Amino acid sequence: MRMNSRFSYLIIKIILVLAYGFVISSCSPKDSESVASKAASHVTIKNKGSDTMVNLAQAWAEMYTGVTSSASVEVSGGGSGTGVAALINGTVDIANCSRQIKPKELELATQNTGKAPQEFIVGYDALAVYVHHDTPIDKITIPQLAEIYGENGTIKEWRHLGITHTACPSDKIIRISRQSNSGTYFYFREALLGTDRDFRIGSLDLHGSKDVVEVIGRTPCAIGYSGMGYATSHVKMLEIATTSDAPYYAPTLKNVLAKTYPIARPLYMYALGEPTGAIKAYLDWILSAEGQKIVEKLGFVPLESN
Amino acid sequence: MNILRKKSTANLPFSETAIELFIRLCGISSILFVFGIFFFVFREGAGFLFNGLDVKEFLTSVEWQPTSLNNKRYGAFALIVGTFSVTILAMCLAVPFGLGAAVFVSEFCSPKFRETFKIIIELLAAIPSVVWGFIGLTLMNQLIIVVFKAPIGLTMLNGGIMLALMSVPIIVSIAEDALKAVPDSYREAAEALGATRWQVVYRVLLPAAKNGLLAAVLLGAARSIGETMAVLMATGHSVNIPSGPLSWIRTLTATIAAELGEVARGDEHYQVLFIIGILLFTITFVVNLIADLVIKGIRQE
Repeated sequence: MRMNSRFSYLIIKIILVLAYGFVISSCSPKDSESVASKAASHVTIKNKGSDTMVNLAQAWAEMYTGVTSSASVEVSGGGSGTGVAALINGTVDIANCSRQIKPKELELATQNTGKAPQEFIVGYDALAVYVHHDTPIDKITIPQLAEIYGENGTIKEWRHLGITHTACPSDKIIRISRQSNSGTYFYFREALLGTDRDFRIGSLDLHGSKDVVEVIGRTPCAIGYSGMGYATSHVKMLEIATTSDAPYYAPTLKNVLAKTYPIARPLYMYALGEPTGAIKAYLDWILSAEGQKIVEKLGFVPLESN
Repeated sequence: MNILRKKSTANLPFSETAIELFIRLCGISSILFVFGIFFFVFREGAGFLFNGLDVKEFLTSVEWQPTSLNNKRYGAFALIVGTFSVTILAMCLAVPFGLGAAVFVSEFCSPKFRETFKIIIELLAAIPSVVWGFIGLTLMNQLIIVVFKAPIGLTMLNGGIMLALMSVPIIVSIAEDALKAVPDSYREAAEALGATRWQVVYRVLLPAAKNGLLAAVLLGAARSIGETMAVLMATGHSVNIPSGPLSWIRTLTATIAAELGEVARGDEHYQVLFIIGILLFTITFVVNLIADLVIKGIRQE
């Protein structure tokens, strides 16, 4: 008997919860309708993609509310691949991408939505190689990085780089990498290893650009890569040379603009078809001097013409 | 009096049948959902599973290189080992604490304190897994570095602690229900024979509530195996065969979560992720089956 009454109590509870959910869901369309009718001319631009660019896109979106009241921008991250996937499905207006769109994706997007994605370069990003600030090293070459990160690589301990790393007792290099849905991951692999070689497994694959720098800041044995806008006082950025004979360049605005810094890349935004109306206005504003100022403010490199 | 009663019994059949119909629908829908999900997952992965995937490599190789341009390899062994090792570690931590807390709540604590305690345990269950992951990434990471002198705190231990904290509330509430379901006459009889409180628990209650306790543990384990976000953030997400609790690992669920967003629909990589889904399905099915058999065995004794 006792069991029975408890059971029926539970069922009543479940029914109540379901009923509540039903009421809420049947109410909400009305609410949103009334909001929409209040501001009929207001446009929401959906913007999604690269984690590298998410802070930048957010900053643009925030500044843009002061530029016009007729459009607002909704930004979310998730990775370049996620942004492009959303573009292919037609669920976003602008996809942020820290790599160029792949031909296969371009074709899929055109097929699915009937509109070909249009590419806009909105700034440049220099990938910095980060180490903990106690690491006694200031410069590194691309071939050395390839031996650290690449399959069958020969550099596994700090002494293989010719340094004595007292803050790291095990001497093992802890490789910090990114999850494979990030444009940063693909770009770094291509810059280091070309298209024939893969990353060695066993690296720590972190979720976001900021996490990489944060973890390296706590881990003396670690090395990793992330956008140069994420530097903190706990890490240092290494100067990089393409070969051991070539000059080393630090990841600075000047070196990136002069194209001497070896691992810098353009940042892209993709819109479906030739942009019109609010989307065109937003992209034009991003490419204007005002929009590019924000690029520089966030530690990225603005377009040269500005 | 008589008229009133008649009225209410005349109304009863309708509400009764309505509720019965509703409950029936709920029951059938859960079966439909399980089969529907299994069908969907299987359909997405089946093409590559039967045609192209090297199953032996999938189950035994540690080479997980799905994004390679020229040499794609789908070896999930490290991911399987990672899932099991972190789950076992989490259970080693969660089962003693969970069952201990359940025994305390149901047998040793005062009724007033009991209610507060249960509310707090339920609060613990309500914390979203991404919050646990964040705690693992920041607080626990630092703690493990300081306490164990590990080079990095994003380890199996970190993930195991997070999973243990997440499954303890489940274990406590189900185990407590199981202990409560033991008739009071058992306790009274044991106490009448002069047993101490601990003897009552150890000799009478635990054996009597065996089935329920086992269900609690298995549901806790299922929660650990299926958990995604917390382990994704706390374990280091590294394809690696662990050599101890301070190694970093990657789990099957975290791999699906991290990579499914990026792959093109119908791609080989996409299908392999669904095959991992089939594998997870099979693992939970086997765990449940074993649990059923064990419980049946206990009943027959």
